[in-house]
Amino acid sequence: MKLNELTIKQSIEGLRSKKFSSEELTKECLKEIKKKNVTLNAFISVCEEEALKQAKRADKLISENQEALLLGIPIALKDLFLTKGIKTTAASNVLNNYIPQYDGTVTSKLKEAGAVIIGKTNCDAWAHGSSGENSDFGPTKNPWNEEYVPGGSSSGSAVSVAANMCIASTGTDTGGSIRLPASFCNVVGLKPTYGRVSRYGIIAMASSLDSIGHFTKTVEDSASLLNVTAGTDPKDATTPNVRVDEYSQDLDKGVKGLRIGIPKEYFMEGLDNKIKEKVKRVIKFYEKEGANIVDISLPTTKYAIACYYIIQPSEVSSNLARYDGIRYGNTRMEFGSEAKRRIMLGTFTLSAGYYDAYYKKAMKVRTLIKKDFDDAFKKVDAILSPVSPTLPWKIGEKVNDPLKMYLSDIFTVTANLSGIPGLSIPIGFINDLPVGLQILGPNFSEKTLFRIGNHFERSNKNGL
Amino acid sequence: MKINVKHVAKLANLDLKENEFDELEKQLSLILSYIENLQELNTEDIEETSQITGLKNITREDKTEPSLSQEEVLSNTKSKENGLFKVKAIFEEQ
Repeated sequence: MKLNELTIKQSIEGLRSKKFSSEELTKECLKEIKKKNVTLNAFISVCEEEALKQAKRADKLISENQEALLLGIPIALKDLFLTKGIKTTAASNVLNNYIPQYDGTVTSKLKEAGAVIIGKTNCDAWAHGSSGENSDFGPTKNPWNEEYVPGGSSSGSAVSVAANMCIASTGTDTGGSIRLPASFCNVVGLKPTYGRVSRYGIIAMASSLDSIGHFTKTVEDSASLLNVTAGTDPKDATTPNVRVDEYSQDLDKGVKGLRIGIPKEYFMEGLDNKIKEKVKRVIKFYEKEGANIVDISLPTTKYAIACYYIIQPSEVSSNLARYDGIRYGNTRMEFGSEAKRRIMLGTFTLSAGYYDAYYKKAMKVRTLIKKDFDDAFKKVDAILSPVSPTLPWKIGEKVNDPLKMYLSDIFTVTANLSGIPGLSIPIGFINDLPVGLQILGPNFSEKTLFRIGNHFERSNKNGL
Repeated sequence: MKINVKHVAKLANLDLKENEFDELEKQLSLILSYIENLQELNTEDIEETSQITGLKNITREDKTEPSLSQEEVLSNTKSKENGLFKVKAIFEEQ
């Protein structure tokens, strides 16, 4: 096995037992980036020099027998995460020359844990998109078939992990932007509970929905990354002072006795039949392993996309108002077409005369969607569903039909509207394209999600 | 739903080209007609959810902390003078 193919856990074991150095590990990742990035376009910036410096520093600490949770591990950051002294673009031409003066909280935490920041990944500009095609730096390609989209908006982050260009990567999830690309690229993607991970120093999309998460090769790795990033932050007033679990505990506890809900609204028309069959087989697996499968209903689901496509653009239009080209970045002329579309839509739904009919109405529907989940979690510990109603689509297929593109988020936006955490895990392939399973749970139940996901992963090495 | 794209673009401070107006009007009308399905739901007595944390009035102690230097703050601007951001005049001279 090549070093760049290792998981976080395997890398740490190898580094500690001096089988290889962080410099060697980092060089293998850099080599893979050089080889594949020309076609996959997963990275906007590669921090070769800085990464090798960090790797050497990590090697020195390791030789002194110092320990840190991610010491010497090459990690890529979505280009929405501010990195001091390293260009941060949000994949938009508005910020193609922006060099942050400070690190965001997650960036700082990763560095403090010893991670090597290897580069900044491509994404839909401002995280607006479900396919990765809206980047002003060109689309990212799916490593399983380069004619297909990798899913978005955290396209490059998902691809960088799937194509072994790094060991793990970070992402943001406002309506599915981690879970969808994870499912399209056959990697594990976590959207934590809203507020579990600080948003400080990450370019905002829709502030009441943005969740900060990551991509890994295994569920176990996802838990160990959350151990580093989770926690309250005085610089983000939406991070509640709720105890941070030891996420790597209980991974092997199995699913016996867990009550798992299957929401009928997530298996209705519009869902690809082959995906439906595959997810049902996964449900059977969990039942066989001792979980109690419970049929549930989330009746407001069919209104979720409409609700989301009012609240999200409203917040987008407000957040993007700050980009005036005066203090940093370029002028508003540089916004791409999707950003303009959302700014226009949001400005309209917030404007005088329309606020009540749209924004206020959507906030009320949001209450109903949240209530659906509150009611469901009185009966079940977690919920299983598909991540996407379709398989990855061909590049270019939906670019001229924004509404069709928006509808691909149907199974993921509900978690953002209600704040709950969601984990996407690979469950196998259909037509040689990856398929993911979504595991949802009540607020701050990440530990249970890891336990459920890990149980499938351990028992089905190659999916179902 | 008819949307006055010129007016909205002005509110949003976006300088759009003539062909963009037509396309946006078409696309936004389509999206808005989809969004209309929310009107089917009766939400008369439902409270609004603007954020889900339940947190209120989170403040910090009113104490100064180290912050960026003036030089750092100005490091990304294309237009500065005497350690300040230089912008176009807002008020016209008499």
